[in-house]
Amino acid sequence: MSNTAASDRLESEALSTKERGQWEMVFRRFFRHRAAVISMVIFLLIVLFAYVGPFLWKWDYKIHSEIPSWAAPSMDHPFGTDKAGRDMLGAMMQATKQSLNVALVVAIGSTVIGALYGAIAGFYRGWVDAVLMRFLDIMFVIPFLVITGALAGAIDTSVRWYHMAIILAVFGWTSIARAVRAEVLSLREKEFIEAARSAGGSDWHIIVKHLIPNTMSVIIVSVTLQIAFAILSETTLSFLGLGIQSPDTSLGLLIDAAGASAFNEHWYLFYIPGVMIILIALTINFIGDGLRDAMDPRQTMVRR
Amino acid sequence: MMIPVLLGATILCFVLVDIPNDPVQDRVFEIEQSTGEPVPQSTIDALEATWYYDRSIPERYWIWLTGVGDTNDDIGLIQGEWGPSIEGTAMPIGDEVSDRFWITLRLVLFATIASIGIAILAGVVSAVKQYSRVDYTLTFLGFLFLAMPIFWLGQLFKEGAVQLNKILGSTVFQTYGSGTTGFQGNGWAVFVDSLPYLIVPTLVLMLGGYAAISRYQRASMLEVMNSDYVRLARAKGVRNGTVMRRHALRTALIPVATFAPLSLSAAMGGAMVTERIFGWRGLGVYSLDAINAGDTFAVMAYVLISGIVVLIGVLISDILYGVLDPRIRFE
Repeated sequence: MSNTAASDRLESEALSTKERGQWEMVFRRFFRHRAAVISMVIFLLIVLFAYVGPFLWKWDYKIHSEIPSWAAPSMDHPFGTDKAGRDMLGAMMQATKQSLNVALVVAIGSTVIGALYGAIAGFYRGWVDAVLMRFLDIMFVIPFLVITGALAGAIDTSVRWYHMAIILAVFGWTSIARAVRAEVLSLREKEFIEAARSAGGSDWHIIVKHLIPNTMSVIIVSVTLQIAFAILSETTLSFLGLGIQSPDTSLGLLIDAAGASAFNEHWYLFYIPGVMIILIALTINFIGDGLRDAMDPRQTMVRR
Repeated sequence: MMIPVLLGATILCFVLVDIPNDPVQDRVFEIEQSTGEPVPQSTIDALEATWYYDRSIPERYWIWLTGVGDTNDDIGLIQGEWGPSIEGTAMPIGDEVSDRFWITLRLVLFATIASIGIAILAGVVSAVKQYSRVDYTLTFLGFLFLAMPIFWLGQLFKEGAVQLNKILGSTVFQTYGSGTTGFQGNGWAVFVDSLPYLIVPTLVLMLGGYAAISRYQRASMLEVMNSDYVRLARAKGVRNGTVMRRHALRTALIPVATFAPLSLSAAMGGAMVTERIFGWRGLGVYSLDAINAGDTFAVMAYVLISGIVVLIGVLISDILYGVLDPRIRFE
């Protein structure tokens, strides 16, 4: 009897206040963040440019004999051409695509490794945690560019984007692991974990089904930071000659090839890839910032 | 605690750098290309013996670390020997590294201190003037520099400095090398000589590194400014400037001390890029060349030195904690 009364009361409440799920709230808050929404639109345009663009544009990133060398930007070649006779718009599409490929794979790969690592360290604590954290210290001491560069440089065949992605993911997960561990350390003391354990949930079940989903807000923000980090590292390594190599191309390679042309008549070779890197990293950072604000339940949208 | 971490790092690096590289085979291939004849086995054996490639990786690591065993007296870290470089005896690793260390350290220290300083300044100004135009401008600039790759910024500033020199007809900004070529003098004279060469690279590294810290500085300053004890200080009539300096800023600096070693290690990485761009003969470029040549012992020298620098940074930040946070006492 009391059951039906309670559900009646719930129903009448449901009439007056519309139920909002957590994700709906996040969604709404995110869309109130103007910079984040604009960034989202720009980022999606860049993705379209990189993945759909090559199907629409007549030139690809390769050298063609009929393309004039060092042509200034014009209708035929909106981003100009380089010395060897390569259409820069086509090259930019390919380069952006490779950089985005690397970034997305690194973001996913390093997040999976980092989240599991951090959750295991935080969940078991004790000696497991101690050992895992010492290993993180070791990874922190190793110079990132040296070890990734050494591994990429050791690949005998021409380095492709997936080589870079794997190498960067294998060495880039440490910050996520730290963030997730800190979160899990406090979560593991909560009642719902105790409930899950008393209901007979295994450790693995608790980690994967209860702890990691509850650190989602940390993880999603880390993913965005990780994308920016991956873009910057990949282009840096390519610039140093330790990353993606020609005949393939990358934003770092294009800037390296542009060399000292920032203030001469070939300025477009230098600025266009640079601005593209900045745009990707900048928009991703803004999106991450918007997501963090949207997912933080303590955050009110009211300004103090 | 630091020694095991350092040892672990060197073991991991040694294995990862050593496995995919085989300088003996590379050299044999080179000789074959130049002479056009197959290389006799005795040459190969001699090469393997000089570079210690006639033994397994664990043995090679052990001999690199201790120098115990059958050696040519040029290996063994604890005996002060860095091991043979594949560049030959004309460029021993120890001499190269000690020459280059000060060049790189100069750049990295200047850049780290400058970036932490400007980060604190920007963060505090943004927090004090929260939601003003200044705050928005500083925040946007921070995001912009966070998104800017150092190598692009470096190229841009280098070319910019060249143009500026041309316009002004001066040589205030030196854009190539770390000091006047062939300059002789005592330590101070060398340092003064290197200053014009330092300006632009330091600026690049500073701008590349400050943004992340300034975000944290702003957040922690905001948190502190809304806390009760700051309100109390205000309520009892302490002047605004004093509240900010003595009460708010001191506590707000604590989280930033955590990021000092991070920014030091980022500056070490950034130094590799800026040294390459500005043509410095520093440690970073040395390690890049060593990577390209597959010169394991030279790479290890860099790994060790940069590891020590980063760990010293961690130590300093721990001490800073104690200075800044009155609740922490070192027993």
